[in-house]
Amino acid sequence: MSNLTLPANIVSNPKLSQWFRLDQLPLVTVCTGKVELGQGIQTALQQIAADEIGVDLQQINWIAGDTHLSPDEWYTAGSLSIENGGAALKTALGYARYLSLEAAAKQLGVTANSITIEHGIFSSKDSQQQITYAQLANHLDLDVEITSNEQIITSKQQVMTKWVGRSITRDDLHSKLSGAAFIHDFTLPNMRHARMIRAKHVQSTITHVDIPKIQQLPGVEQVVHSGSFLAVVGSNEALIVLAQEKAQAFVSWQTPAYVQAQTSTEEMITALQASDEIAFQQGTADTVHTTVKARYSRPFIAHASIGPACAISQESDGILTVWSHTQGSHLVKNQIAVGLRQDPSTVKVIHLHGAGCYGHNSADDVAFDAAFIAKMTGLPIRVQWSREEELTASPFGSPGVVEFEVGVDESGTIINWQSEVWSPTHIHRPGWAGKLNLLGAWMIDPPHPVDETKDNPLPQGGGLRNAITLYNVDYQQVKHHMIPQAPLRTSALRGLGAYLNVFAMESFMDEVARALGQDSLEFRKKHLSDPRSITLLETLAQMANWSNRANLPEGTGLGMGFARYKNSGAYCGVMVQLRAEEKIYIDHVWSVCDAGEVINPDGLINQIEGGIIQSISWTLKEMVTWDTEGVTSATWDTYPILNFDEVPQVEVKLLNQPGVQSLGGGEASAGPTAAAIANALEQALGVRARHLPLTPDRLAELMS
Amino acid sequence: MTTSIQLFLNGQSVTVNAPENTPLLYVLRNDLEHKGTRFGCGSGNCGACTVIVDGQAMQSCDMQLWAATGKEVITAEGLAADAIGQLVQKAFIDEQAAQCGYCINGILMSVVALLKKNPQPNKEVLMESLNRHLCRCGTHVRILRAIDRVIQQLNEKRAA
Repeated sequence: MSNLTLPANIVSNPKLSQWFRLDQLPLVTVCTGKVELGQGIQTALQQIAADEIGVDLQQINWIAGDTHLSPDEWYTAGSLSIENGGAALKTALGYARYLSLEAAAKQLGVTANSITIEHGIFSSKDSQQQITYAQLANHLDLDVEITSNEQIITSKQQVMTKWVGRSITRDDLHSKLSGAAFIHDFTLPNMRHARMIRAKHVQSTITHVDIPKIQQLPGVEQVVHSGSFLAVVGSNEALIVLAQEKAQAFVSWQTPAYVQAQTSTEEMITALQASDEIAFQQGTADTVHTTVKARYSRPFIAHASIGPACAISQESDGILTVWSHTQGSHLVKNQIAVGLRQDPSTVKVIHLHGAGCYGHNSADDVAFDAAFIAKMTGLPIRVQWSREEELTASPFGSPGVVEFEVGVDESGTIINWQSEVWSPTHIHRPGWAGKLNLLGAWMIDPPHPVDETKDNPLPQGGGLRNAITLYNVDYQQVKHHMIPQAPLRTSALRGLGAYLNVFAMESFMDEVARALGQDSLEFRKKHLSDPRSITLLETLAQMANWSNRANLPEGTGLGMGFARYKNSGAYCGVMVQLRAEEKIYIDHVWSVCDAGEVINPDGLINQIEGGIIQSISWTLKEMVTWDTEGVTSATWDTYPILNFDEVPQVEVKLLNQPGVQSLGGGEASAGPTAAAIANALEQALGVRARHLPLTPDRLAELMS
Repeated sequence: MTTSIQLFLNGQSVTVNAPENTPLLYVLRNDLEHKGTRFGCGSGNCGACTVIVDGQAMQSCDMQLWAATGKEVITAEGLAADAIGQLVQKAFIDEQAAQCGYCINGILMSVVALLKKNPQPNKEVLMESLNRHLCRCGTHVRILRAIDRVIQQLNEKRAA
């Protein structure tokens, strides 16, 4: 029996005991590096796990994102938790099942293939007796290297339970909706509250600070000051929150020299210094009949989670423990150690659930803040960021500009496709490219140098995510202008460059179709040969009654957007019907998603819906603003997001593909939604919106 | 100035010794250890910290402790003991009307306060109540569906 290639996360965490243990009996312990971020992944991964080892969900002791107890599965990001995390669990737990079947056979005196597993109980038609995982614990050696072969995989047929494919409700919501459940709610004995004092621009440095004045503020028990790192500490949270605000009067800041006053995204981005490369080139350019060209842009966008970042830290017995809602426990653990200039073995990170995470937000930075303050004071410390910090100090989703120029032949088919993408990095996480990337570590004395930026290369892509067109063309070239230094710090926000690239590409497909006098749906289908894409588009067209498009009332439009996320993840199409007056009113959204075999249909639909609503908010309303001192969109008044009365009806349909590889879908719908809005707007008002957001001001500008 | 203030929390009489101008949010979370009420913005703009005070949905970050003296305060921890609270909580679970869930408890409180006063709110009234809340995960569609479910149940009960 030849061994099969192991998933990457198994190669880096090869011991079975890193994934599966029988140490909390009668429960079976399953460990993962993929963590719950509000996306419901815990439930979906538990469904996968339960089906591998034949247990019920309630029989699992689930450990996620604990650096001492879980495997290192890198970041929980990029819609890869099912694709990579799920594949790793299947392999590890498949081997656990195989070894357990062998052990059970020995104990029951039967052949392994006569056994079935259900509810964690091993039974055989050849024996009156049964045996459980708990009873097998002493007969199993789990400290072995994981292997995989056909025989191991086939033994899954002996599992009788079937959790995958069912809309299992999330267990974590019961506690969240009735009491303490989040990291914010976690306390330690003698815990103190700490708050950071910051400038409007997060990388500003302190030129003068009056520490005695800050020390005298009510509730302040200690001031932690190191370089440009400044925090107040006290027992009474309400007083510390007030002190955080009042302390500002006693600090002077210098804004970094690279911060210039805000101009339009297009103007700013194309004027910044960039390193240029041809990132992709394929085919040969042909002689063309017509060319079409257009340029699109998106601004800086904030994560804007409803719950500001939080972390708790405590040093005891030489180990600094940090409780964090990070996306990468192992990576942030190592970088906190680098930042604190101590050995990584002396730091431990434990993941706890946080508020909605849509990418590299403030979670890692607040973890360092808490760790540093705990270290300096010797006290158990809880830090929570303010609303203003959350909207100004957290890394932002990267702005960008995309320009297309396509050549069309005489039959009205695109043959040459050229695109240029300008963007700062879309990823600047702790541990990314081995870099530190922790805000507080850049601030302390002596400071760690601010890390150089390096974008995520293709095929995943950062600024270039979804920049390569999947439409059939003879020649394609993609140029990237990577901007090393933007006025504001940027990192990963849901979908990275895919939001802009898909918005731009799918808007452009409509523009080209219109220029050629062709129906935009048929125009897309003409450039596609992949049957999954075509089926999806046809299903979507039927749902949204596309063929009736011409009969919509005046001022109303129906538009579409479509992409395969990262060109390798889930396929998602979106149609939007809207009315446009002084502002855009979205009435109805339809979406079809093909994510291969679906683990939890309702969970995936929830993610697609969420992506649609969040994208409507980004597309219609959101833009970070700043001046020469820093960010000015620091509150919900100055950084408005979608309100309840702006929410459309949303219908999502999944094209489930049992037995076909599961594909990540959590980030698939945002780009198509943005394009569908712009395309619907063209029908409603006859104007082409190429620069986001599509606020009433932008509409007025387009109409004049 | 620290004072001794009595209020009724989820049906229980409690006494708090804290400065009277402390935002109710911190009193609930830290002094009374009711963590189901959550900090979102501290300025009454997002609704995450909403609780019910004498039947009214109030943003507890924006309300000082003295203003709750002698009043009946209901938090997420108290929903299960209330007939409408239970219905609303269950509908949100059944519809899986949450992603991260951080904003939801505030929304639950507003919805419960509204439905207690007006079990059949029209869209305008409902939106007035919900527009005091922000949700970033984009769970709005499900939240609205969960509320519709409760309104329908209340309607059926009334008809029965």
